[in-house]
Amino acid sequence: MLSKRIIPCLDVKDGRTVKGVNFVDLRDAGDPVELAAQYAAQGADELVFLDITATHERRKTMIEMVKAVARQLNIPFTIGGGISEITDAEALLNAGADKISVNSAAVKNPQLIEDLAKAFGVQFVVLAVDTKHIDGKNIVHLNGGRLITELETESWIKRAEDLGAGEILLTSMDHDGTKQGFDCKLLEKINQMINIPIIASGGAGKTEHFTEVFQKAGVDAALAASVFHYGEILIPELKQELRKHNIPVRL
Amino acid sequence: MDENNKKENTIGIVNYGAGNIFSLTAALERQDIAYGMVNTETDLEKYDRIIIPGVGHAGAAMQKLDQTGMVNAIKALTKPVLGICVGMQLLTAHSEEGDANLLDIIPLQTKLFDKDLGIKIPHMGWNTVDFKNNLLFKDVQEGTQFYFVHSYFIEYNPIFDIASVNYGNRFSAAIQKDNFYGVQFHPEKSGAAGALLLKNFSNLSL
Repeated sequence: MLSKRIIPCLDVKDGRTVKGVNFVDLRDAGDPVELAAQYAAQGADELVFLDITATHERRKTMIEMVKAVARQLNIPFTIGGGISEITDAEALLNAGADKISVNSAAVKNPQLIEDLAKAFGVQFVVLAVDTKHIDGKNIVHLNGGRLITELETESWIKRAEDLGAGEILLTSMDHDGTKQGFDCKLLEKINQMINIPIIASGGAGKTEHFTEVFQKAGVDAALAASVFHYGEILIPELKQELRKHNIPVRL
Repeated sequence: MDENNKKENTIGIVNYGAGNIFSLTAALERQDIAYGMVNTETDLEKYDRIIIPGVGHAGAAMQKLDQTGMVNAIKALTKPVLGICVGMQLLTAHSEEGDANLLDIIPLQTKLFDKDLGIKIPHMGWNTVDFKNNLLFKDVQEGTQFYFVHSYFIEYNPIFDIASVNYGNRFSAAIQKDNFYGVQFHPEKSGAAGALLLKNFSNLSL
């Protein structure tokens, strides 16, 4: 049976992972390679690296980091952040990335999704969507929720699927950082609507939230950052708990 | 590398431009398995074992392989060959992806998942592989999961199947005919079990 995936998300700046990390036996919490290996050893099914570098050097440092990670890591990983051209994606693919995620660039130029899917296959293209609830509608936001668009989340995701997105990473900005649980209602709605895998993001605070999002929303994967980085939730224990609730996981 | 310098247990990777092979070479390096690139027919002679990688569109991959001029030489190989993902699909007779005729080394069909079965496409993630007693899976624990990502699958056939998996329907996760092996999952991304499988392939004797 296909397992539900648990995905830690790592923010990367200038080739270094940011946000505090609590792993006791980690020598260098800023080393993406060591951190990635640690997560893989704990049983993470996949990793997402989100590049938040704002300098001109970003592309070069990112490629070096991706290569370093791919040399060591024996599970799949996705790279996101600032990918706006086919050449960016191709360089990441050749450096060993399994998937790339696009967000703002795809909103500005939806054709990018189709071009990426044609060039590298749908399995390579993750569409990341940041959504916020406004006046009874779900609206796509950019720049980490700071910039509103005119797009309704549901129709944007449906369009992206038609264009060739192979997976959706949906982050609820209303839930993100609250630690009050995922937006199961919206996730369930989107999950029913599409025929590609969906990763839930935003709101994970405790183990029960993961059980809930898999049971209620039926999503394929759940992503979180701080609860894993600060050791508030340990992946082996989380997976044991999910299994107790008959949610298929890889142990 | 000439014939006199030929090393034992080396793997040649067919380099035909279908997808990235960085992860595969990295996985071989982690296992201390020596490898090199196969760009021409004569390169096939330099290695004890051959891997045909592949990601993306099977029809497009077959065209690229055709362009290397190595098709007949690959079909005639008697040393162990391992096709991975689309590389495995290339071993079959035909794919619905691009309605493409493939190498036809193993008389099987590669088909599109039927979304009416209530499954999402692509089949993406870790799934349990039910393998038979085969050297490729030596020491792999029962119930082990491997990482899959694909939209087309190889029909189950008891003659050639050495491992099956369930997603919508049962299909082949691994096949074998004589010296030709194929795995639909990605051993290079399948954790310790995937590493073991690559090691097994590198030690395989026929």
